[in-house]
Amino acid sequence: MAIDAATVRKVAHLARIKTPEDRLEPLAQELNGILQWIEQLNEVDVDGVEPMTSNVAQPLRLREDVVTDGGKIDAVLSNAPKSADGFFVVPKVVE
Amino acid sequence: MTDTVPNSKTIKGRTGDWEIVMGLEIHAQVASKAKLFSGAAVGFGAGPNEQVSLVDAGFPGMLPTLNKHCVEQAVKTGLGLRAQINKRSQFDRKNYFYPDLPTGYQISQLYYPIVGEGVVEVEAEDGSFFNVGIERLHLEQDAGKLIHDLSPTESYVDLNRAGTALMEIVSRPDLRTPDEAVAYVKKIRTILIYLGTCDGDMEKGNLRADVNVSVCRAGNYDKFKQTGDFGYLGTRCEIKNVNSFRFISQAIQYEARRQIEILEDGGSITQETRLYDPTAGETRSMRSKEEAQDYRYFPDPDLLPLDLEEAWIAEIKASLPELPDDKRKRLMADYGLSQYDAIVLISEQAKADYFEAAAKGRDAKLVANWVTNEVSARLAADGKDFSENPLPAAHVAQLVELIETNVISSKIAKEVFDHVWNGEGSPAEVVEKHGLKQVTDTGAIEKAVDEIIAANPDKAAAVAEKPQALGWFVGQVMKATGGKANPAAVNDILKAKLGL
Repeated sequence: MAIDAATVRKVAHLARIKTPEDRLEPLAQELNGILQWIEQLNEVDVDGVEPMTSNVAQPLRLREDVVTDGGKIDAVLSNAPKSADGFFVVPKVVE
Repeated sequence: MTDTVPNSKTIKGRTGDWEIVMGLEIHAQVASKAKLFSGAAVGFGAGPNEQVSLVDAGFPGMLPTLNKHCVEQAVKTGLGLRAQINKRSQFDRKNYFYPDLPTGYQISQLYYPIVGEGVVEVEAEDGSFFNVGIERLHLEQDAGKLIHDLSPTESYVDLNRAGTALMEIVSRPDLRTPDEAVAYVKKIRTILIYLGTCDGDMEKGNLRADVNVSVCRAGNYDKFKQTGDFGYLGTRCEIKNVNSFRFISQAIQYEARRQIEILEDGGSITQETRLYDPTAGETRSMRSKEEAQDYRYFPDPDLLPLDLEEAWIAEIKASLPELPDDKRKRLMADYGLSQYDAIVLISEQAKADYFEAAAKGRDAKLVANWVTNEVSARLAADGKDFSENPLPAAHVAQLVELIETNVISSKIAKEVFDHVWNGEGSPAEVVEKHGLKQVTDTGAIEKAVDEIIAANPDKAAAVAEKPQALGWFVGQVMKATGGKANPAAVNDILKAKLGL
């Protein structure tokens, strides 16, 4: 799969990462390099092989339905650039 | 263009007939104490960001741990929908950027949902039944809440709801009219409430529906059904988050008209997400940027696949309550109720339980009438449902017993009920206290009959020609006895005395 400058622009927008126009082409080349490297995996025949989800076979750990967390507004808001009255405050986002 | 009719499968346009086709995605909040992947509380009414863990807030390095009870609730719901339970399912990340989603992705189940195909039988308004196919049910996280009216230039974010467990129930495009869509949502809601897996509170947004609406030329739906070729159907638009039965119906009717108008003007429908505005009574385009729909799903590397043990599924299955369909059939078989009465009773679990508690050993039809009419009407007037019913079922049973044993007439029973509802004691006590016992003493009735015949000789003579005039005499006797005379006895005595 080949990545062009337009695809880089779109991906950058979806991730909300500001990317100057003159960086699009070099980034496209870098991303293509990464993808080509990963695409080497396609050479392996994996027909009938179950995907490995963990290096140690173990079941997904579950928690009981008990309230053990919350009530820590200060910690939750600690990294917020702006907050007020217990809320995060962000630029207006009405569609 | 003529108006759409809520229960008609075809809509007349300027250029011919059209059909609506709908599929619904119902989001039901899982009834649980804690969130899907964190130990923060689920609830309504807490202060902003009080029910948020660092997992919900998307702090770096925080890992999700799946809530076992939420899994159980999803399996229970799947069994209640008579659907396939998938012994292996998996969680995926649905990526999008929005301030109500601190992690930048929603954990959902796209590729391997926990519940697969099922079928739901739905009662239509006219008492007939139709089937709606269930495509899947999956578990996912809810997002936070944005508040726009606290500042003119900023939005306030409350993450209390972020991470709450939702079940998304996806139907096949089997719904054809606004009425069918509403009946389907009602049925799903009833099943969820019976199962106790969602409280069904639509006002609080705990149950909401996304409605996919498309229109096609009359006849094309049948071709789609025969071939499975979606090419016969029109392009669909998704109306997001409709949270009342009335709005679901209105939104569909508006949206179908809008699409037909575009098509008849030679235009084409753009697949998009729309929002229903109940005040304006219209749907509006919601997401203009088409790339916003690129969710770049991939399996969540923080979560292993979810494997369900057969024994656990069996255990959950054994714990299922009687489901609405089974209850309806049993009430009809055991109590000889009509389908209509049975459907009205099962619409609320507590109502059906109340009926059964009162109906033991009594005339079931009579009990059903009292429960679905008087008791329901009083509760509705007080804004209550049957789970908050102050009237003991034993009182209804006793009232019906008094009618059955001719202690009171049906007419007097209404008066007795008024007193009982006002808390004056049991029906027997009320009858005693207010002296409402029916007069079955034929001597007393005969005396009243004699007096009335004597006072109205002309009318008595006329009855022989016109037997319908008997009703007038019955009325007079009832009046003379304060409504307490046994109507059957009055009739018999009158007929004998008047020579009918």
